[in-house]
Amino acid sequence: MYHDNDRSKLFSRRALLLAGGKGTLISALIARMYYLQVVEADRYAMLSEENRVSMRLLAPPRGLILDRGGIAMAVNQHNYRVLVVSEQAPSLDYTLDALSQIISLGEHDRARITKEARRRRSFVPITVRENLSWEEVARIEVNAPDLPGVLIDVGQSRFYPLESLGAHILGYVSAVSENDQTNNDPLEELPGFRIGKAGVEKIYDMALRGRGGTSQEEVNAVGRVMRELERREGEPGVDLALTLDLRLQEYAAQRLGDESAAVVVMDIHTGEVIVMASTPSFDPNAFNRGLTHEEWKELSTNPRAPLQNKAISGTFAPGSTFKMVVAIAALEAGAISPEQTVLCRGHTELGNIKFHCWKKGGHGSVDLINAMKGSCDVYFYEVARRVGFDKVAEVANRMGLGVPTGIDLPNERSGLMPNRAWKRKALGQPWHPGETLINGIGQGYCLATPLQLAVMTARIANGGRQVVPHVARDLITDKDAVPRPAPNWPSCGVSQRSLTLVRKGMNAVSNEPGGTAYRARIDQEGMWLSGKTGTAQVRRITMRERETGVKKNDELPWKERDHALFVAYAPEDAPRFSIAVVVEHGGGGSAVAAPIARDIMLEVQKRERARVAEMDRKGQG
Amino acid sequence: MLRPTPRLSSRLNRTEMGWREKIWQINWSLIAILTAISSVGFLTLYSAAKGSLEPWAVKQMIRFAMGIGIMIAVAIVDLRFWMRHAYGLYAISIILLVAVELKGTIGMGAQRWIDLGFIQIQPSEIMKIAMILTLSRYFHGASVQDVGRPTFLIPPLLLVLLPVALVMKQPDLGTAMMVLMSSGAIFFMAGVRLWKFGLLLAAGLGAIPVAWQFLHDYQKKRVIIFMNPDQDPLGAGYHITQSKIALGSGGLFGKGFMNGTQSGLNFLPEKQTDFIFTMYGEEWGLFGGLFLLGLYVLLTAFGYAIALRCRSQFGRLVALGITTTFFLYFFINTAMVMGLVPVVGVPLPLISYGGTAMLSLLFGWGLVMSAYIHRDLPIGRRGGLDD
Repeated sequence: MYHDNDRSKLFSRRALLLAGGKGTLISALIARMYYLQVVEADRYAMLSEENRVSMRLLAPPRGLILDRGGIAMAVNQHNYRVLVVSEQAPSLDYTLDALSQIISLGEHDRARITKEARRRRSFVPITVRENLSWEEVARIEVNAPDLPGVLIDVGQSRFYPLESLGAHILGYVSAVSENDQTNNDPLEELPGFRIGKAGVEKIYDMALRGRGGTSQEEVNAVGRVMRELERREGEPGVDLALTLDLRLQEYAAQRLGDESAAVVVMDIHTGEVIVMASTPSFDPNAFNRGLTHEEWKELSTNPRAPLQNKAISGTFAPGSTFKMVVAIAALEAGAISPEQTVLCRGHTELGNIKFHCWKKGGHGSVDLINAMKGSCDVYFYEVARRVGFDKVAEVANRMGLGVPTGIDLPNERSGLMPNRAWKRKALGQPWHPGETLINGIGQGYCLATPLQLAVMTARIANGGRQVVPHVARDLITDKDAVPRPAPNWPSCGVSQRSLTLVRKGMNAVSNEPGGTAYRARIDQEGMWLSGKTGTAQVRRITMRERETGVKKNDELPWKERDHALFVAYAPEDAPRFSIAVVVEHGGGGSAVAAPIARDIMLEVQKRERARVAEMDRKGQG
Repeated sequence: MLRPTPRLSSRLNRTEMGWREKIWQINWSLIAILTAISSVGFLTLYSAAKGSLEPWAVKQMIRFAMGIGIMIAVAIVDLRFWMRHAYGLYAISIILLVAVELKGTIGMGAQRWIDLGFIQIQPSEIMKIAMILTLSRYFHGASVQDVGRPTFLIPPLLLVLLPVALVMKQPDLGTAMMVLMSSGAIFFMAGVRLWKFGLLLAAGLGAIPVAWQFLHDYQKKRVIIFMNPDQDPLGAGYHITQSKIALGSGGLFGKGFMNGTQSGLNFLPEKQTDFIFTMYGEEWGLFGGLFLLGLYVLLTAFGYAIALRCRSQFGRLVALGITTTFFLYFFINTAMVMGLVPVVGVPLPLISYGGTAMLSLLFGWGLVMSAYIHRDLPIGRRGGLDD
């Protein structure tokens, strides 16, 4: 034997060394295991949770918008979408070919889909088309066996079934844009989420939205959802009941027809706005769908401003409808007494400037009631001169002019009631005495919105209480709707005597022969209205024109025609509603605006009577 | 009556054993440990398939059964047979490696497989065993003095470097390292002086910059990522990062059998093969990991015990060589998934899903078992054929 013993010993020694080396390595493994699974365990446990759990927001259904009778004005509609999952389609091209036999599919769409399919994981559904008709859905479902990988999905989208009717009050929803001020609502991050952009959709947006729910989903490494771990349902948006009466709204819109006009009818006691129409209108569904460039151009450049709610954003010289305020201011200041008369010879003079009355021959000698009845400008020039315009403007503010009414709608304009301080500040000029006269008949700097005129009329009719208009029936908080408390409006600080006198004048306008709105009176018992016409001039009539004869409105371009205005309340004996009608460049108040107001007021009261009768019948039954 | 001189001892001086006797000698404890380790694998594969025997666990069980059969067959074959055919096996392995190089099926971006029609074999797996047998045979007849001569060490060194170069070319860095290291262990056990290893190591380190040039881009990338895995957590460092997350989130006791979230949700790549330890560790925690490690250490200890008890140098070297290869398998794999060493394609022995590795490992343990059964068999310088 060769030195096997030596070798054996050497082998044993070295085996021990090698084992020692291995032991060291094993120790290193154990140490590492300890480090990962004990020392760093919490950190890795957290990372592993992040790895597998993904949060998904669930969009709550948006609150409905209803009229005062419960008719839906804004609803959520099922939006049928066709999706394709490329993983389930053996060939995407084949599936799209088959699909294009059934629904129209443009080259552009196809390119987008193939591009998206390449970019996304194969199990992510890709939207092929949205807003499918029911018929299209049915056709796809029937052909489902030939359409591998095709899915029909139901989403929700806002729908305004009445289209343009009441669109200005409703507003519209559309996708969140960068300029929108965000409310830190995570819902805004959702793709395709729509927020209110105008009208009550905007002002009550947070309440209508509701609260988003969350779904915690377990996802695998490629993002596929394996199962839902936890689901927290959100809260659906608050349903919003409006004060509008859709039938009256519809009637009013029809009555205004193609005019560029606005009408507001409100309850003089509660402030509920029953009708608020602005024409022309627009279809809010278009915004949700997405406007084409042409549609947008048409809407935004149309001189009749279909997107503008003229009832609150359109400002007009109130013209003669302002005369009640002037009269009240003078009566309150003691500048006139109702019996005092002023002689109208068709014009008056201040310094060497002539101020004309609308009636060429003049009204003769008129007291307050007759001056209102015939809308005598000379009388009110004199009254305004006596009281001074600063006082008139101050009373006007209390009656609701020159200040925002505070209605729950966005973009309300405050109009303008000028005074000396304002003129010095805004124009840097002193007040001319002549301006007192011009503004005293509601021209000059004076501007008011139709809503302000309706509020002014309401405050005259309700005995001088500062009613504030609103369109949401209930008080809406961010997450709730509670009934409004019984109204307790503060006083305008105007005496009942002045108000009674002014109402008497308005009664004469409508119900006495010779009144400027006598032809637009209501004959029905107990529905009489009292009103005041107004014709606001938008151009200056030159001396030469006066000599050769003032041009008729028909002869002028639309933009230069007078605005026709009319304000009224009804019923005369127990006022309940007030109305303001403004027809932009419509012509004369008595010829154009008053008949519209009469028709609408009649309809409003008939409907109210029917409602009361219905309630009586139910009460007895 | 004349009777033949009786042998001194039936145990010590025999050159032949009957197969019945051999079967009697089988070390069942060793088989029990192998079975225990493999069973951990079955369970983990069952869990990896989300509680299904398909597609992995059943196949793995069948392969294990086949492997145990092969192992017993290998164990019963005379150890001298393996010694006698060591060089032949080596030659065949070299031929196969070259064949793979010439017309191998492309798998995993590297040419590693050869398709024989009925079975796909990985020549590098055969080479691991052939290398051990060859070196063991070479050093079997060498005295301590022989081993001390540097010229004596040149042929085995070339024998090692040739297949290593071929495997590197495939490219299979993991196997090349394994062959190199287990060969080194045999050199060491044969009694090569430590300073010679030092010299070789120094030469090897000096060659690193040169070797770097020969590495494939993906290999370079792996080494770089190993140095800084967090730099690109979703890109190439993904494997390591996800593996650490899965393991770490297992904690002390694990998330429970079938409850691994990371591997269950496919955050973990290759969870049934190279990264199976991560999945196991996520579900069974530190204690599960230590248990498995304990089994491996126990198996290694058995290998050592057998090597030390062997009378023949060939048996000793083979037993220790196989044990060391096995050790390297599980050490490199576990160290890799824990982020201790770069990601190299080394499976977790007996647990990772894969046929060739299972069969070749059990073949190897068959050789160890053979060394155990033939532990008292003295083998002469030339395989006992000329004695």
